[in-house]
Amino acid sequence: MSEVTETPAAERAAKLPAQSPPVDPAETAAAGHAATGRLSWWRGDGGEGARRNLGLIGVLVALIVIGIVTRPDLYGDSSWVWSNFLTILKLASVVGVVTVGMTFVIIGGGIDLSVGAIVALAGVWATTVATQSYGAGGMIFCALTVGLGVGLVNGLLISYGRLVPFIATLAMLVAARGLAAEISNKQTQVSDNNTINSIASTNLLGIPLLVYILAAVVIAGWVLLNRTTFGRRTVAVGGNPEAARLAGINVKRHTLLLYALSGLCCGIAAIMLTAQATSAQAAMANLYELDAIAAAIIGGTLLSGGRGTIIGSLLGVIIFSTITNLFAINGLSTEAQNMVKGGIIVAAVLVQQVHFRSLTQFLSRNRLTTT
Amino acid sequence: MTQHSRDLSRRRLLFGGAAVGAGVLLAGCTSNESQEPTTAQTKGADAAAGGNAAPGERVTIGFSAPAADHGWIAAITNNAKAQAAAYSDVEFKTVEAGADAAAQRAALSTLLSQKPDVIVLLPHDGKELNAFGLEAMQAGVPVVNLDRAFPDAKAYRLQIKGDNYGMGVAAATYIAEQLKAKGVSNPVIGEIAGIDSLELTQERSKGFADTLAQHGLKVANRRAAEFTADSGQQAATGLLQALPKIDAIWNHDDDQGIGVLAAINQANRKEFFMVGGAGSKKAMEDIQADNTVLKATVTYSPSMASSAISLARLIAQGKGMSDLVELQVPKEIILASETITKENVSNYLKLGF
Repeated sequence: MSEVTETPAAERAAKLPAQSPPVDPAETAAAGHAATGRLSWWRGDGGEGARRNLGLIGVLVALIVIGIVTRPDLYGDSSWVWSNFLTILKLASVVGVVTVGMTFVIIGGGIDLSVGAIVALAGVWATTVATQSYGAGGMIFCALTVGLGVGLVNGLLISYGRLVPFIATLAMLVAARGLAAEISNKQTQVSDNNTINSIASTNLLGIPLLVYILAAVVIAGWVLLNRTTFGRRTVAVGGNPEAARLAGINVKRHTLLLYALSGLCCGIAAIMLTAQATSAQAAMANLYELDAIAAAIIGGTLLSGGRGTIIGSLLGVIIFSTITNLFAINGLSTEAQNMVKGGIIVAAVLVQQVHFRSLTQFLSRNRLTTT
Repeated sequence: MTQHSRDLSRRRLLFGGAAVGAGVLLAGCTSNESQEPTTAQTKGADAAAGGNAAPGERVTIGFSAPAADHGWIAAITNNAKAQAAAYSDVEFKTVEAGADAAAQRAALSTLLSQKPDVIVLLPHDGKELNAFGLEAMQAGVPVVNLDRAFPDAKAYRLQIKGDNYGMGVAAATYIAEQLKAKGVSNPVIGEIAGIDSLELTQERSKGFADTLAQHGLKVANRRAAEFTADSGQQAATGLLQALPKIDAIWNHDDDQGIGVLAAINQANRKEFFMVGGAGSKKAMEDIQADNTVLKATVTYSPSMASSAISLARLIAQGKGMSDLVELQVPKEIILASETITKENVSNYLKLGF
């Protein structure tokens, strides 16, 4: 906490431009009022994320309503509804963990295209015959260390090597998948470790362990972003790196840490995915980078940095896994599902560009675009 | 200040030491010794029939297959290499096929300029590499097309491939027979396909649907995966969620089947039986052990690569297949898709990849 007191005013100055992306004058005025405490939290700047998230919950409700209408036979069975709810969360868990890391990177003004490849590399590395001989602890340590290590390399290239994040992580995407294919000899590596495999099948108090892991990562991410200096600095660096530097933030080191954090999340996700599939291979976690970026964006994270919420990203992931589930229970093809996913991304971003005058207006708009 | 910097240097030393230690430890963890390619899928020179196995004229065989990250393609390359090594009169030249058809075409042109006696290739896409087949044939180098057919008959000397439609037929036939034997009326049948945009997936699904229709059955829900275990797990989770009660499932690919079986175990479902596809070693062991829902698999064996090398050698040496009357190797060979069950699995185990 002592670090906050060093430059509170300067950090605040760096943060302010960050929190006001191109907006209309009314919105800016509202933000100003909120700062002086004359407007309620809800209508002010602080409530903006919450208003957005409510919109996403509206989308979720709409999707569930579609599910009820199309498959009343399944939704009539309450035990099925509960198990389906848990299935959706389990489906969201791996991408969800990756998305938490991705959200930090994007808020910090970067992008990480290599997350899917890192998950694959960490998964493959952790399931080699040699690593498996060290048992579950060795496998988990290996996945986390590989994830963190690759993330650090990304961060070093970007912060100290001055590579554009897009290029550095694109290169890492190709290289990490290549290394994973090399290590695995292009084979599917089966995990014979029952402790690892049981991560995907264990339930505690009726809720899958995978969901607890997702919840833990989301809570840790939320606290880190909203309640620590690290989080404040992330917003500052992403919003206006020059101002952040002038405010005394070590922008390079902070950028390095953001990519390391993303890599660490990928390491956690690799363990979860390996447990689910009871195996790992170089082609796994295919296109997770796009899923994670899309989820963060529809969750309200600004692609140019400086703004975003963990809860929004989580809702984004859950919306996508609900769509997947909806298409599965209706027996519709993957093609149709991908088209709808694309439509949802565009719709969500379009809706966010409109600054909602009122909640009802927003909800009615959203319902129009999803049905 | 000195106190501070000493702390810092100690911290750095600790972190540095830990990083180096972890690096050394991890580097040692990339070994995969038990996953060396098997040589079981070759036919040794001594075991081959007739006089064809005896060393003959020295020939050079050029080989190219996509560097795909799928177990089946890996087995294709490994088998081809192992089979070529089994002949003392074969020189084996392999070129990387690169990432797509254009890269493979470039690599093959280099190979062609070295004038091998015969070229064996598994194209990224038969249609896109048709022109190369024509070029090589016109240059007098016979082309053996492995699995992905050229549309033009003049573009190849020998076509050897698996039967995708037949896989669907075999799977559907087995499922229909089993359901009839159990006397299930109105059965619920699920299907987990591979990559949906591939022609081979469409052929497999068509064979499956056509044959089921002949028995008056149909697919209740079909999910497409991506030939990877994690995508298989997700597709299967969706399928199980959509169908609270299932009688039979056909999963197109045993590699993704690892994930499909994981999803079935995680969902605690066992009221149905499952048929696999391709014939991996893991699937065969599961069938033999008979402790999962996987009761059968229909083959699409990568052993065809070994056969392709043997036949390419015969073509280059101008010999025929000794069991046939014809003096030359035939133009087209389509492998039958066989159904492996607990009863016959021991015969097939050595062909598993």
